[in-house]
Amino acid sequence: MGNFGFTLIKERHIDFDANDKSIAEYISDREPSFRICIECGCCSATCTSGNFTPFSLRELQILLRRGENNKVKDEIRKCMLCGKCTLVCPRGVNTRNIVMLAREAFQKQEKYAV
Amino acid sequence: MFSMDGQIVIVGGGAAGMESAGQLARSGYHVTLIEKETITGGHVRNWYHLFPDRRDSREVIKYFDDLINHKNITLLTGLKVEGIDKHGMSFIVNTNSGTEIKADAVILSTGFDLFKSERKEEYGYGIYDNVITSADLEVMFRKGEIKLHNGVIPGKIGIIHCVGSRDEKVGNLYCSKLCCVTAVKQAMEIKEILENARVFCFYMDIRMGGALYEELYRESQEKYGINYIRGKVSEVSVNIDNKLVIKAEDTLVGRPLKMELDMLVLMAGMEMSESSKSISESAGLATGENRFFSPADHHFGSNKGNVEGVFYAGTCTAPMNITETISHARAVVSDVIGYMNNGDR
Repeated sequence: MGNFGFTLIKERHIDFDANDKSIAEYISDREPSFRICIECGCCSATCTSGNFTPFSLRELQILLRRGENNKVKDEIRKCMLCGKCTLVCPRGVNTRNIVMLAREAFQKQEKYAV
Repeated sequence: MFSMDGQIVIVGGGAAGMESAGQLARSGYHVTLIEKETITGGHVRNWYHLFPDRRDSREVIKYFDDLINHKNITLLTGLKVEGIDKHGMSFIVNTNSGTEIKADAVILSTGFDLFKSERKEEYGYGIYDNVITSADLEVMFRKGEIKLHNGVIPGKIGIIHCVGSRDEKVGNLYCSKLCCVTAVKQAMEIKEILENARVFCFYMDIRMGGALYEELYRESQEKYGINYIRGKVSEVSVNIDNKLVIKAEDTLVGRPLKMELDMLVLMAGMEMSESSKSISESAGLATGENRFFSPADHHFGSNKGNVEGVFYAGTCTAPMNITETISHARAVVSDVIGYMNNGDR
């Protein structure tokens, strides 16, 4: 059979219903300010990591809320926990704690996964 | 019941106070209007054009001046009300001159203060010469020239929305509601004076809820080429060329953005006026989480205070534009007349 180049392409949708929101829930239960982000981008504007790498805390937070966890898991480790994001956040989100909790949640998920 | 002979004292001679004084006077009531400044008019006097139709503020001031020029109105300027005491059914209004004024009903139209932008230190107001506020820009408009501190014409101007609004760091969780449309209006007016200037608005959300606001927003893009970037500016600094440098995340692109600017305009929000705090404390008037006066009922009593005989008009209860302020001030007249004639609560 010749290869005609046909292949199955995964659709681009965020599969909201199928996605795993347990990481977001884990964070939200322990740090309720996770819920009040309005995506203004102040955190990522001031972020030292974000100035030199594609790291964006704003983006990682929304990805977690949508359950797009695979894109977050390694990326979240790039944060250096300097806390500048916490200083500028107009909503008073405890961003540093969110980073810590996300790492913790991923770690637990890995440990107890079958 | 006091009927038409009763004394009504109105505290604050801005838009709300002047409108309610004028309407009450025309209905035959006697009113004492007290203003702490030497002239009436409040913030409107410092503004150039009003949105959405860009009416010259001087037209509005003239309307108010004509309205309060009435035999039933006693105008006391340069007098600051420090407190209100209730005795039975009437009030004693205490002023800084020691004068006590008796009243059967009090309307508080004490307005708002503009957010003091120095408090948002990371934006450099009061530190960098070419960081100004929306109010400073109105003064430049009135002069008909927009210049940098050194007299040079700016080529690239940034506008930051939500300065002192929706910001937990300064203790203001609420939206000041008018700054978005002010930014749009001012961006267009900049372009009318400086045809070649480039203007960039940095916003978190564009709130165009008022009549004709959305149309103004669209016009600003279509006819004036105003640029909108979705991201809150995190900090402002100055580079070696003495240009302002702002940092934001362009959240729709998903990358941090830096930009050199000649001038930066901060859209200062609205806060409960400092002068109304002592009044609130002296009379036991409830204030909300936003520190503005809390109306007795959000639907049916937006002009009524929690103390019988105390009424509110205008921005001492929440941010409002001039149209809303005038409507609110006209509404208080109906409540006050109901109270004076029938004792309606």
